[in-house]
Amino acid sequence: MAVILAVGLVAMACGSDEPGSSAGDEAGAGDEAGREVTLVTHDSFAVSDGLFDDFTEDTGIEVRLLASGDAGSALNQAILTKGNPQGDVFFGVDNTFLTRAFDEELFVPYESPALSEVDEQFVLDDEHRVTPIDYGDVCLNYDRSFFADGGEGADLDVPATLEDLARPAYRDLLVVQNPATSSPGLAFLLATVSQFGEQGWRDFWDRLRDNGVAVSDGWEDAYYGQFSGSSSGTGERPLVVSYASSPPAEVAFASEPIDESPTGVIDASCFRQVEFAGVLAGTDRADEAGELIDFMLSSAFQQDMPLNMFVFPVRTDAALPEVFVEHAATPEDPFEIAPQDIGANRDRWIGEWTDTVLR
Amino acid sequence: MRPRSPLRRRLGPGVLLAAVPAGFLVVFFAYPVATIVLAGLRPDGRWELEAFTEILADPSVAEVLWFTLWQAAASTGLTLVLALPGAYVLARYDFRGRSLVRAAITVPFVLPTVVVASAFLAIVGPRGVIGGAGLHQSIWAVLVAHAFFNYAVVVRTVGGLWAHLDPRMAEAAQVLGAGRARAFREVTLPLLRPAIAASAAIVFLFTFTSFGVVVLLGGPRRATLEVEIVRATRDLLDLRLAAVLALVQLVAVVAIVAVYGWLQAHAPARQRLRAGAEVAVRATSARRRLVLGANLAVMAVLLGAPLAILVERSFRAPGGYGLGSYRALGESAAASTLFVPPVEAIGNSVVFALAATVIALVVGVPAAVALARRRRGGWRAFDVALMLPLGTSAVTVGFGFLIALDAPPLDLRASPMLIPIAHALVAMPFVVRILVPVLTSIDVRLREAAAVLGAGPVRVWREVDLAIVGRALLVACGFAFAISIGEFGATLLIARADTPTLPVAIFRFLGRPGAASFGQAMAMSTILMVVTASAILVIERFRVGDVGQF
Repeated sequence: MAVILAVGLVAMACGSDEPGSSAGDEAGAGDEAGREVTLVTHDSFAVSDGLFDDFTEDTGIEVRLLASGDAGSALNQAILTKGNPQGDVFFGVDNTFLTRAFDEELFVPYESPALSEVDEQFVLDDEHRVTPIDYGDVCLNYDRSFFADGGEGADLDVPATLEDLARPAYRDLLVVQNPATSSPGLAFLLATVSQFGEQGWRDFWDRLRDNGVAVSDGWEDAYYGQFSGSSSGTGERPLVVSYASSPPAEVAFASEPIDESPTGVIDASCFRQVEFAGVLAGTDRADEAGELIDFMLSSAFQQDMPLNMFVFPVRTDAALPEVFVEHAATPEDPFEIAPQDIGANRDRWIGEWTDTVLR
Repeated sequence: MRPRSPLRRRLGPGVLLAAVPAGFLVVFFAYPVATIVLAGLRPDGRWELEAFTEILADPSVAEVLWFTLWQAAASTGLTLVLALPGAYVLARYDFRGRSLVRAAITVPFVLPTVVVASAFLAIVGPRGVIGGAGLHQSIWAVLVAHAFFNYAVVVRTVGGLWAHLDPRMAEAAQVLGAGRARAFREVTLPLLRPAIAASAAIVFLFTFTSFGVVVLLGGPRRATLEVEIVRATRDLLDLRLAAVLALVQLVAVVAIVAVYGWLQAHAPARQRLRAGAEVAVRATSARRRLVLGANLAVMAVLLGAPLAILVERSFRAPGGYGLGSYRALGESAAASTLFVPPVEAIGNSVVFALAATVIALVVGVPAAVALARRRRGGWRAFDVALMLPLGTSAVTVGFGFLIALDAPPLDLRASPMLIPIAHALVAMPFVVRILVPVLTSIDVRLREAAAVLGAGPVRVWREVDLAIVGRALLVACGFAFAISIGEFGATLLIARADTPTLPVAIFRFLGRPGAASFGQAMAMSTILMVVTASAILVIERFRVGDVGQF
């Protein structure tokens, strides 16, 4: 009896384990040509239901999605498997890790015709080994209620610059992420390198450490665990490294409609991140891969991104959703460092940061 | 019927039985781990063994190894101290709601660390209930969190055997003049030793390879070997460093398990196991009530409080409490391809868990049977090998899958079957460790009596071994199920985008800001708790013939 049950369970498990019935996997749609393309990405990737179906209808190509780990982990997995790539297109490499991808020869060049619609500042590679798809800014977020009248820090102004963070008045108020393990953490480190230069950034972090900066391993723990502006109720620090798109996300994902985000952004702290997609070397579906990248630069996809991934479109004519227009900050002059400089120094900077702040 | 020679009868089945688990381990554990370690130590076909001297000479590596060892030992000690009395109470006392409590204590096991850390922060964090005690990011938070997660391991493993010990032996000792404490120390404890050692070994291995708890509750300055391996593999892609550290971890684990095996070398005398229902007593006397009450209080504080906080948070709504978060789960906001409806995530989790349980049983039961029959020589090495997956980093195994299982006939990289296999790798050692103490306690004369009366070996096994071991088998099933439901580290790496499990879905909700996101993560965590507890209750009530009656 037990044996029969076990066999039945296995059969059921095998049967149900067939590819699920989600958007990208429907057999039958556009199957005449039997063309398919696999998109390898990180698990923050999100796209509205049905969007890839439109792509399949137009081109006859089915899209398979393979998402695992965060951006850094997904890129490392792609590098690890470059001899036998898991898919055809990789989406999720950003400007802070671009040179690593290039050094490993992860991509083959592809110049999309849709690039004419893209703001030139985002095309960071002349050889078109990668195509820009979206951008965002990593900025300090602050808890409005803390600095407002009646809040614990009512007598304080919201810090205006990075330098302010080291002032004793802001002691024990900041939480950052470890740049070795967190993408926003790395971006914030790069912002300080850009602001204070090679000679001054370590001294700045020394002073931050003396001023009681808290370090978290990842974004979730920093934002929900230690940031007082989030809805978890456990945090007590009003300053956190997050994204310029976090305030509109707070509005979009509030439990009840609100007029203003409970959090704000400090413009002078922002570091520009551009996210790219590329055709993986070793794929035998380069044509389909190219068409997918074209689709990712189309208006439909670009306008779908903000509310799903909370990033900004690179396409100049893409309209932003209302919640972004009303609540998102677009810093005029975010910090930027050339990808080659980041690639050459990143590991050293992270090592020195660890020595300065954690040891 | 011609009697078979004893040697032939003993040699054949044992090796055959061990072939299945050995094959499973070789294909899905040894091969991927070896591949990724070699990728680090032999990157371009050339051995880079100086990596060992370079990395091991670094004093910080010794520091990390020492921290890993002592925090695991301390966590194991704390868990045993808290959970052994609990095991006693749940195994030997009969009280209303006992099966509910037994199912409920397994719930912490399945919760993703990120969610538990949130609950702990609500207690010991700066704004927490006992925030002033300064326990935030302290070693005590780490130790208590380990006890929280592993309480059920000790209770179920030790309780599984304790529930069947014949109380008359201890009673006889007391009649002969031994005090209660002495009777416990000299009669009961030696009989329980295999189960206590087994649970201690498992808890030690789990805490030795602890990642989430150390990182989230211990603060950025604390790192175990596992934390360093994960960082080296997943974040830095420094395979050289990862390979050396993984080997250090492996050596340490082999040493630990070998010590455990040596402690187990003297198997206890075969004994009469009694049915659980016969052994349990009602808590009628004042002393018994006190013991029961004290243990229930410990469980309520250690296990119940964090869970209650999560549940409370899931019901928070603007203006008090409400079902808002749960309702929001029903309508997945933004209806995107990655945010699958929670019902689907639950379904995925349950299906994967059932598959993983079946695989763990198919692999683990033969291993347990083979090990129960003999423990000497090569079998000791087999015993150690079975425990290795528990002591290996999930990221090492996950990345190993990526580069090892990428070509036919094992092109499983993108297959959903990889998830139950990965879960079964962790669950199988549990199955073995839970079953072996019970199997070794079966009086071999019962089998011989059945054989004398005409039963063939399979029938003997079915009607003697299985009937007695049935309860422990169900406990093992429940555990395998719970492990699979809650497995997070490896699953995050190998899960397919369209079939996330419940912990992965919770983690995704926690990956974006917004009160609704947080509330829904809490709601899903509560659902995860309820699903697990219900599943364990159902499994425990399972009755097929005589299995489970014992």
